[in-house]
Amino acid sequence: MSDDLLTTFVDLLTSDFGVEAGEVTPDATFEALGLDSLDVVELTLALEDRTGVKLGDEDLEQVRTVGDAIAKVEERRA
Amino acid sequence: MSAPGTAERDPDRDVVVTGMGAITPAGRGVAATWEGALAGRTTAAHDERLAAAGAPVAISCRAPAVDVDAELGRGAQRRLDRFTHLAVVAVREAIAQAGLVADDPDRIVDVDPDRTGVVIGSGIGGGETWETEYARLAAEGPARVSPLFVPRMLSNTAAGTIAIRTTARGPNLTVNTACAAGASAIHVARDLVRSGTADLVIAGGVEAGITTIAMSAFAQMGALSTNPDPAVASRPFDVARDGFVMGEGAGIVVLESRAHARARGATPLCTVAGCGASADAFHATAPPEDGAGAALAMQRAIADAGIDAARIGHHNAHGTSTPLNDIAETRALRTVFGDRVADVVVTSTKGVTGHLLGAAGAVEAILAATALREQRVPPTANLTVQDPDIDLDVAAGAPRDVTLDAVLSASMGFGGQNAALVLTPA
Repeated sequence: MSDDLLTTFVDLLTSDFGVEAGEVTPDATFEALGLDSLDVVELTLALEDRTGVKLGDEDLEQVRTVGDAIAKVEERRA
Repeated sequence: MSAPGTAERDPDRDVVVTGMGAITPAGRGVAATWEGALAGRTTAAHDERLAAAGAPVAISCRAPAVDVDAELGRGAQRRLDRFTHLAVVAVREAIAQAGLVADDPDRIVDVDPDRTGVVIGSGIGGGETWETEYARLAAEGPARVSPLFVPRMLSNTAAGTIAIRTTARGPNLTVNTACAAGASAIHVARDLVRSGTADLVIAGGVEAGITTIAMSAFAQMGALSTNPDPAVASRPFDVARDGFVMGEGAGIVVLESRAHARARGATPLCTVAGCGASADAFHATAPPEDGAGAALAMQRAIADAGIDAARIGHHNAHGTSTPLNDIAETRALRTVFGDRVADVVVTSTKGVTGHLLGAAGAVEAILAATALREQRVPPTANLTVQDPDIDLDVAAGAPRDVTLDAVLSASMGFGGQNAALVLTPA
């Protein structure tokens, strides 16, 4: 798993979503971080700015944790 | 409802105010707002954000900043528009004063949440959200629009958020009568309590619409003051007034029957004795010159209170500082009070706060209630030479100590929608 992408998620979630850096681990679910489904869509907009990858509805259906999202971005980049 | 004078009034069924909260350009809290009003110092100032955005008028009355995520919880900045932030801040103060909270500042205790209602007035709703997201749509396309646009922008989000936070599951309504919305919300809430539909209602008005598009449009209408000196721009009833100054804020009251307040040991602050509503049925934005619609709302509120108009010693005016409003309101007061209008001490606190649009009626009801409790009328800021056509006794220069038995507050909205409230002692 890309450390760079984890750092990107830590940045986004701490700056825009009020999450504490220590909470952002690959196993953390977005729900546990206080993000609902609308928040996750908004996160994908910020993620696109940073990575150029846009996760769509079908990707998000399989994303529960930060690690799931990182894997999806890597899959799209591959 | 009985016609005035036809039935014995049961004081236990009177609707009383047991909590008040506010965040306004004059300060955070009812006490700070009242002190600001008494000081008669305008809060209008040059607005750097508007200037930077190229707004044609860059004068406003902004309410204090709120440290949203720290105070209102993680995500509140991102998920909720500023108008909802301001509402939550004012609700917290009001429900705390009403003795409805324990450890959690949002959650009501000791009353039945299923019988607790929320009625909020707002003219615009999430104006900043509209502006920000529309700019994003125009610049970056539909795929970049935030899904949170909808819940942030909807004007009923303030009332909905208050329900989520307080747990109030009673009737939950949003009232829009533009600049009369705060007063209309109190009227609707009073009726919900009086009809027995709800035991207790959290009610008031909120607005946070100091946006470039709103300022541009109000400027195009000629409604805004273009005075080069912000300090004297909002000057209700003055001969040199040339428009209103845009403000933002929230005012919230807790309403319940006197019997319900007594049963739970809450202290009534004043009685919402009468409410009146009317429409001008005249023009989209201008009032009729004779202020007939506003007069009807005032007369209905006085009749609803079942009191003689002669008991009213103070009127907290809509007094926007536009040439048209202040004249129409003067004529309305003449219609209602006749020559006895000379006995009514009038003030417009908009000289201090600017025009809070949908929040104005609620904030001004709170200031009128405080005037009644303190027996003191705040001065109208910046009133130096009273318009000779405004033949009213307007408090100016310093607070006026007056013996008050009943007070009136009136609000007139674009669309020709008028609301008036009569408040009497607790």
